[in-house]
Amino acid sequence: MAAANATRASRGKRSRAASPAPRAGAVLVTGVCGRLGKGLVRVLHRERRVVGVDRRAFADKPKDIEHAQVDLRRTKLKDVFRNNEIEAVVHLGVMHDPRASAADHHSWNVAGFSKLLEYVSQFHVPKLVVLSSANVYGPQPSNPQFLGEDAPLLGGQNFSDIRDLVEVDMLAQSFFWKLPETETVILRPVHILGRVHNAPSNFLRLNPILTVMGFDPMTQVVHQSDVVHAIDLALRPGIRGIFNLAGPEPVPLSTLIKILGRQRLSVPYSLARMALRRLWSLRLTTFPPPELDHIRFVCMVDDRRARQILGFTPGMSLEETVRSVDLGRW
Amino acid sequence: MVTASRALARIDSAARAAPGLLRRVFGVAEQTLDDLLDRLMGERFDERMQRVPMALGAAGVDPFGMDPQWARYALTTIGLLHRRYFRTEVHGIENVPEGRILLVANHSGQVPIDGALIGASMFMDAEPPRIVRAMVEKWAVSLPFVSLLFARVGQVVGVQENAKRLLDQGEALLVFPEGAKGISKTFDKRYKLSEFGLGFMRLAIETGTPIVPVAVVGAEEQYVSIANVETLAKLLRMPAFPIIPQLLLPGGQLPLPTKYRIWFGEPMRFTGDPDDDDAVMDEKVWLVKQTIQSMLNRGLKERAHIFW
Repeated sequence: MAAANATRASRGKRSRAASPAPRAGAVLVTGVCGRLGKGLVRVLHRERRVVGVDRRAFADKPKDIEHAQVDLRRTKLKDVFRNNEIEAVVHLGVMHDPRASAADHHSWNVAGFSKLLEYVSQFHVPKLVVLSSANVYGPQPSNPQFLGEDAPLLGGQNFSDIRDLVEVDMLAQSFFWKLPETETVILRPVHILGRVHNAPSNFLRLNPILTVMGFDPMTQVVHQSDVVHAIDLALRPGIRGIFNLAGPEPVPLSTLIKILGRQRLSVPYSLARMALRRLWSLRLTTFPPPELDHIRFVCMVDDRRARQILGFTPGMSLEETVRSVDLGRW
Repeated sequence: MVTASRALARIDSAARAAPGLLRRVFGVAEQTLDDLLDRLMGERFDERMQRVPMALGAAGVDPFGMDPQWARYALTTIGLLHRRYFRTEVHGIENVPEGRILLVANHSGQVPIDGALIGASMFMDAEPPRIVRAMVEKWAVSLPFVSLLFARVGQVVGVQENAKRLLDQGEALLVFPEGAKGISKTFDKRYKLSEFGLGFMRLAIETGTPIVPVAVVGAEEQYVSIANVETLAKLLRMPAFPIIPQLLLPGGQLPLPTKYRIWFGEPMRFTGDPDDDDAVMDEKVWLVKQTIQSMLNRGLKERAHIFW
């Protein structure tokens, strides 16, 4: 933990030295009340004005952050753009709740994001950073070991519930040519670990951890603070395009479990799928059955672009990254 | 629910972490097995293994999931087949240049033992020893245990991106341009090369990699297939469904102990535009195919007997 703090401190210094003088414009962060959003604004608000947007309330908000408790789909969002000089939008407000209905997902993720894009173009915001995910590529047996940014987005092929996430990525991509004067950045991080409550972190918090018998795919993980750092880097002027983000070197899934020192329960695939389907329909689990593919097949990314163009290097070691799922479970 | 799964996990981990005594027995057995294999083979596997350059990460595996420990066991087992069972004769291995290479071989024998033995000869007979990475069918990657084993012994899914990355690392890559069609050939078509894919040629030109033609003689007779039932294969989502009568005989499940002869040809270098028309590629591929076919013909002519 001390080491983690030290890295964070040194990173703070590094990014402060690298960034130009503070500007008047504000950074608008959607989904600010998520754990990742809170982490991001804590880094950003030291140097720039930050406006948070979320339909949830921001409980322990730092004083200098403005928070608009607005639903992305409401026209009230326009007021936020009108009343502030927004010079960058960071879109984290993507709904991943596997229990929410498909209609909810679509209306929130796609309709909400379209509204946001509309205002970005209307108010000539020069920078847009969208946090997508490497899941949009989808785990497949035919995947190359390292997927490039130009790989097809097949995530919805076997898992239709995440089609709206693919659509969000595609919508952001269409911005490259629709609005070339806005610098659009799409980040596709691999499994984000940390205090966040996403599927990979929750999966590693299981005890015992379920694995599929006879499969032990290579996996990449990234610490939430490294993702925050990458978003910070993506906000620099001149950066645009799609970037895959990966943390420390890839390791087999079994190594992650070994680092955590958890027990492991390996189950044949057919049995695991059957049990998970039953548990899912009984609402006893938060893992939809198609997610089993993530612990069978590889879905790893080639992050050379992020390292070369974005200048991103993960600050957290593998151990720190994996152990972070157990830290401060609040 | 949670307690039940905990209990299951406990059984699971109890089986995994065998009690001390058992583990020691296994440890001794493992040690003696290692020694026995080494003595049987008369070669030092560990010493050769150490001379193979590998980019290992913290978990002791390379980015593609190859684990030298697993690879060593696999190679020892295959080495036993290579030296004792199939008594492979290796010709022309000194032709294989250093650095990145594309080994292009005929594919035969229903089960990819040919690939394993090419790998064994590159490790045991070549100087310096090299680990061959083969490109495997994506179907194999969706099978439990098989996918795990293949990844740990250095096999990768046969897609262009993987091939390019491995060649950039200076690895030796084995490809079978005949694909599944080649390996599931029926007995009447033995040693007649079926159609070659063009992908390997585009890859070789794009990455400037020399192609080493390889002819494997002896694999066609290990399993005699009299037919390939394609409808059944499609139904079972398998690449082929061969009918092999010997499987019904006791002990016939093992491949017949034919004598393998592996011929490594002179490296061939090709230049041009990797995105050229298929017709242009066809000519270059034809050259490779003819080279392998004539190596096969020569090998067959010089072979005294199928079994020795």
